[in-house]
Amino acid sequence: MNPLLEINQLSTVLYTGGEPIRAVDGLSLTIYKGETFALLGESGCGKSMTALSIMRLLPEAGQIVEGQIKLADHDLLQLPEAEMRNIRGKRISMIFQEPMLSLNPVMTISAQIDEVLQHHFDLPNQTKQQRIRELLQQVGISDIERRLSEYPFQFSGGMKQRVMIAMALAGQPQLLIADEPTTALDVTIQAQVLNLMKAIQKNTHMSILLITHDLGVVAKMADRIAVMYAGEIIETARREAFFSNPLHPYSQKLFAALPDKNKRQHSLAVIHGNVPPLSQTFSGCRFVDRCDQSVKQCYEHVPSWTNTDTDHYVKCHLFNQPQQLVSRQTENAIPIARSPSNSPNHELLHVTDLKVHFPIYSGLLKRVSGHVKAVDGISLAISSGKTLALVGESGCGKTTVGKSILQLIPVTAGSIQFNGIELTKLSPKALRNGRSDYQIIFQDPYSSLNPKMRIFEILKEGIDALGIDKHDTVHRSESQTKLSSSSIETRIDELLRQVNLPAEAKWRYPHEFSGGQRQRIAIARALSVNPKLLICDEPTSALDVSVQAQILNLLSKLQHNFGLAFLFITHNISVVEYLADEVAVMYLGRIVEKGTVDEVLNHAKHPYTQALLSAVPTINPQPDHAQIELNGELPSLSHTPVGCYFHPRCPRAMPICQQSYPEATVFTATHAAHCHLYEHAVTKAVI
Amino acid sequence: MVIPFDPVILWTDAFIYLLIGIVIAISSYVRRHPHLVAPWRRVTHSASGMSAFTILLFFVSIGILDTIHFRPTIESSSHETNTQTFSVEVLSLLDVIATPLRTNVEKTYSAPLSAYLYAKETIELPDGGQIREFARLTFGGAHLVNPETDHRQDITIRSIKGAGWGLFAWSIIIFSITIWLAYQNKTRYWQTQQALWRGQTETPWWAIFITLNVIIVLSGAVIALATHYHVLGTDKVGQDVLYLSLKSIRTGLVIGTLTTLIMLPFALFLGIAAGYFRGWVDDVIQYTYTTLSSIPSVLLIAAAVLMMQVYIETHPDLFETILSRADLRLLFLCIILGITSWTSLCRLLRGETLKLREMEYIQAAHAFAVSHWRIISRHILPNVFHILLIAIVMDFSGLVLAEAVLSYVGVGVDPSMISFGTMINAARLEMAREPMVWWTLLAAFGFMFTLVLSANLFADAVQNAFNPRIRTLPLKTIQPAKLTATQNTISVKQKNIPSI
Repeated sequence: MNPLLEINQLSTVLYTGGEPIRAVDGLSLTIYKGETFALLGESGCGKSMTALSIMRLLPEAGQIVEGQIKLADHDLLQLPEAEMRNIRGKRISMIFQEPMLSLNPVMTISAQIDEVLQHHFDLPNQTKQQRIRELLQQVGISDIERRLSEYPFQFSGGMKQRVMIAMALAGQPQLLIADEPTTALDVTIQAQVLNLMKAIQKNTHMSILLITHDLGVVAKMADRIAVMYAGEIIETARREAFFSNPLHPYSQKLFAALPDKNKRQHSLAVIHGNVPPLSQTFSGCRFVDRCDQSVKQCYEHVPSWTNTDTDHYVKCHLFNQPQQLVSRQTENAIPIARSPSNSPNHELLHVTDLKVHFPIYSGLLKRVSGHVKAVDGISLAISSGKTLALVGESGCGKTTVGKSILQLIPVTAGSIQFNGIELTKLSPKALRNGRSDYQIIFQDPYSSLNPKMRIFEILKEGIDALGIDKHDTVHRSESQTKLSSSSIETRIDELLRQVNLPAEAKWRYPHEFSGGQRQRIAIARALSVNPKLLICDEPTSALDVSVQAQILNLLSKLQHNFGLAFLFITHNISVVEYLADEVAVMYLGRIVEKGTVDEVLNHAKHPYTQALLSAVPTINPQPDHAQIELNGELPSLSHTPVGCYFHPRCPRAMPICQQSYPEATVFTATHAAHCHLYEHAVTKAVI
Repeated sequence: MVIPFDPVILWTDAFIYLLIGIVIAISSYVRRHPHLVAPWRRVTHSASGMSAFTILLFFVSIGILDTIHFRPTIESSSHETNTQTFSVEVLSLLDVIATPLRTNVEKTYSAPLSAYLYAKETIELPDGGQIREFARLTFGGAHLVNPETDHRQDITIRSIKGAGWGLFAWSIIIFSITIWLAYQNKTRYWQTQQALWRGQTETPWWAIFITLNVIIVLSGAVIALATHYHVLGTDKVGQDVLYLSLKSIRTGLVIGTLTTLIMLPFALFLGIAAGYFRGWVDDVIQYTYTTLSSIPSVLLIAAAVLMMQVYIETHPDLFETILSRADLRLLFLCIILGITSWTSLCRLLRGETLKLREMEYIQAAHAFAVSHWRIISRHILPNVFHILLIAIVMDFSGLVLAEAVLSYVGVGVDPSMISFGTMINAARLEMAREPMVWWTLLAAFGFMFTLVLSANLFADAVQNAFNPRIRTLPLKTIQPAKLTATQNTISVKQKNIPSI
C-alpha cells in the first residue's frame, strides 16, 4: 500500500502565557491510501492540535517548531500559504465536532458548498449545481430540491453534520480529517453518520484520519489505531490486535475503565492523577506517574519503540525485556458491596403523571399558541439506596424531569411525592426547608462552579443557606457562632475527604482543578446538605473515560455509605449497565419502557429501546449484533406525531400505531412498555 | 498655629476623592486575590497600553493637583494679626504651582513664544507723538533688551537647559526604578537593566521609559520657557493658553470619570435586575431605557442644563464663589450625561445576566434555596465585573469628546469654567481672522487628542487583557522562559491532589 500522509517528528508549541506548551511533541505517523486511521486519546493530549497542524490552521498562539508533514510528495510545511489554500478542501478536508458552529448561519446550504467548488474547480454554473445535488444525495439528504435553498438553522444536528461531510467531499479529497465527528450527536444519529462515512469511504477510496476519545467508535470504524498520550503516540496497532491485546499500560487502563455490566460488582479501574502538564520536558516515560507497573528505568529513560508483533508497536520499557511480559496481569478491581437488591427499601420518591409544558407565545399580544410538551405524563418511583436510570436521546425531556422534581421548573400537572410529602403543593418556605433532602449534580463541571468563588465559599453556600448545623448552635451567643464557623470548616474538610480531595483544596479557585476534580467538588457541594436523593444529570458525559471511572466509583461508594438514592439521567448505555438498578427509557417526553436493568437492557421489548441499544458502538462486536438503523431524527416536542410518538421512525410500525398512543403493556411486575406490538400477545397469554 | 489657607471642598472635589477612595479599595481587594490580579498583569504586557497609561497618569496627576482647592489668606491692611482674612478667590494647588502662568496676563492675543502683541496698537511716545506698531508684551520676553536679535538665541538656550534638566531628572527616575526592580526580583543591577532595555521583561518597561523621557524632557523645556514666555501664546483677554490647557484637563477628567460613577448604579442595578428577574421587571426596565434612548440626548441635556442655569441665577445667595457656582453646573452636567448614557451598558448587562442566570452554578444555588440578593451579589456581580470595567474605560474618551461638543453648542460647562469646549468655542471666531489666531485651537486639540488617544489605547489593552484567547506577550519574551522551563519537573499543583 502507498502511504498518503507521512508525519515525521512533528512538534507544535502553544504560547498561551506562562510557559510554552508542547501540545504535539515528536509525533510520527503514516496513513495509507484508503484506510481509516484512528487517533485515540483523552482530552488535552494533543489530538486536535495534530489535525490543525496538518491543515496548518493553528490558532494564533500555536506554532509548528519542527517536523515534516508529507502529503504524497509535497512537504506541507514548506508550501507558501497561497498554495496551502489549494490543498485545504481539495486534497485534505476536515469536519469538526460541532456541526452547529461550523456552518455559516446566514448562507444557504448550496451557497456554502458552492464556495468550495468555486475555489477549487472551474466549473460552469450548470455543472456546479448538478455537482451540489450529487454531493447532497451522496450524504443521504432527502428532498434535495427544497433543501438546497435552506439555511443551516432549518437542519437538525445530524443533518448539519451530513452537510458538513458533503462540503468536505466537494473537493474530492484524498484525506478526510474527522475531529470527533459524532461526539455532539446522539447514539442513533451517531450510528447513521458513522455508517455514512464508511459507505462513502468504500465508494471514493479516500483515507480518513479519525480523531476520537470513544473506544466504541474506534472499534467500529478504524483499520489502524494510534493511542496518543501527552502529546505523543504511545502505541500503534491494527484494530484486531489492539482490541484483543492492548499492550501499553495506558491502553489497558482505558479498557479497564470502561463501565459495563460485567463489572457491576467491582469498582472500575482508574488512572490516578492527570495528564502531566506539557510545558515540562520529560526525562522518562510520560505515563510513569500514573502507571502502576512502573520500574526504575521508566523514570530515567524515555522509552523507545518496541515492535512486538506485525504492525504492533508500543513505547514502553516493559516490552524491552521479554521476561517481564508474563507478569503483566494486575487487575485492581476491588469488589464493592452493593446493597443487596432484596432488602426492604421504602419508596423515597414517587412521581405520578408528571407534566411540564412550556407555552409558546406568538403575536403582538403574546397569546399562547401552543405548548412544548417537554414532559408529558411521566410516572416513576425510586426507593432509598437505589439507582433509577433515565435514558433517552437529547431533547427528549430527561433534564426537564430532573429539574422539575427539584422544583427548579414549575410543574404543569401531576404529583411529586418525596417521603410522602407532596412537593408541588408546598409553600415556598416549606420548600426551602425541604431542599436539603434532594440535590442535583450537573453535566458540565465547568459551568456548575462559580469561577469567582473559592471551593470553601462554594461548599459553605449550601451549608449556610440551609442551616445544616442549626442543631449545633441552638443558642446564638457569640462564642457559639465562632464555634459554628470552625465546625463549618471541619464539615468542609470532611466533605472534601469524602470525595477524595485534600483539605487544602478549599482555598483554591475552580479553574485550578481538572474536569474530574471539579465534578467531585460539585458532588461535595451536593453532599454538603446531607441529601437523601441525588439527581445526577449526565454527570460523566463531559468527562474522559478514566475520569468517568473515578466519578462512577465515587458515586457508588457514596450510595453504599450513605444509602443515597440516585436518579441518573444519561444517554450512555454502558454507564447504565454498570450503575443502575432500574431503567426507564424516555422518548419525546414519555417513558416508553421501564424495568430492571436486566429486563430492559437484555430483553428489550420496545422497538425504540432495541434500536437505541443496537446503535451503541461496542468494543467487542458480537457476530449476531445486527444493527437496527433508525431513520430520521427526533421530532420536535411542540409537534408530536399523532398516535404512537415513535411510529414515523419505527421499523415495525403498524397501521394502528398512527391512530392511538399505546397503553402500557405489563410483562412482569417491574417490566412494562408502551407498544402496540405486545398488546395482542400479552392479552393472548392471559387468556 | 494658624493655617495660612482655608481648605475648600467643592462638590466635584468630593466626588473625585470618593472615586480615588473606591479605586484604592478595589485595587487593594484585587491585590489579595490572585485570580483577579492575573488579567491586570496581562494589561501590563502591552507596550502601547503601558505608554498610554504613563501619559494618562501624567494627566491624572495634573487633574488631582487641580482638585485640591483652598482659599489663601490675604494680607489684611488692619493691624489685628490673629484674625485671618481669606481671599474670595478659590485656588488650587495647580494654580499655585503655575502662578507665573496665571498672573502674567497680557492685554490680548500674542503668538506662542512671542515678545510682541499680535495686533498693532497706538502707542504714545514720550515726546507726545503717536505711532502704530506691535507693542512689547508686559511679561512675555520682557527681559530681552533687544528682542529682534536676542529672541531666538534666548529661546534656544533656555529650552536646551530645560531639556537638560529634564534628561537629568529622567535618568534619576530610571535609575531608581531599575534599582527597585532589581531589588524586587533579586537580580543584579546590570542584568536587570539589560533585560529591561532588551524587552525581555513581561512588562515593557522600555516603552514606559521612552514615554517618560518624552514627557519629562518636554516638561523641562516648557517649564524653563514658561517663566519668561507664553509657550502657547495668549488668548483674547491675554490669558496664557498653556495655563488654560492645563486647567482644562481637570474638567475633561471630571466629565469622563464622574459621569461613569453616576451612571454605574443605574446601569448595574437595572441591568442585572432586568436580566435576573425577567417578567414584568424586565418589561418595565426595557421600556424605560428604550424610551430614554429614543429621546435625542442633546435635547434632554440642553433642557436640563438650561433649567439648572435658571435655578442658579435665581438663587445667587447659595454660592459663595464663582467657582462653586461653575462647579455645581459641572456636576449637574455630569449627572445629566450619566442619566442619558446608562442605557447601553444596562442593555449589555441585561444580556450577560440573561446568559448567566441559566448557568448551572446559579441553578445549583437555587437548589440550595440561596436568596435572590445573595445570588445577585455573590454569583452574578463578580461575573459581570469585567464587562463593567471595559465599558468604563471605553466610555471615558467618548465623554471627554462629548463635553467639548456640548460646550461648543453652549449647553456644556459654565462659561467661566475653563474647559476644552470653552477654549474651542472661544477660538472658533478667530479662525476667520487675518492673520489667523491658530494657537488656542491647536493647544486644545493637541491636549484633548493626547488624552483621548491614550485613553483609547489603554482601553484596547484592557480589553485584550480580559480576553483570554489573545496572546498578550510577544514571542521574544516567551522564548527565554522556555529555557528555564526545561528544568521544571511536574508542577506542585498537580502532585498534591491525588485521585481516587
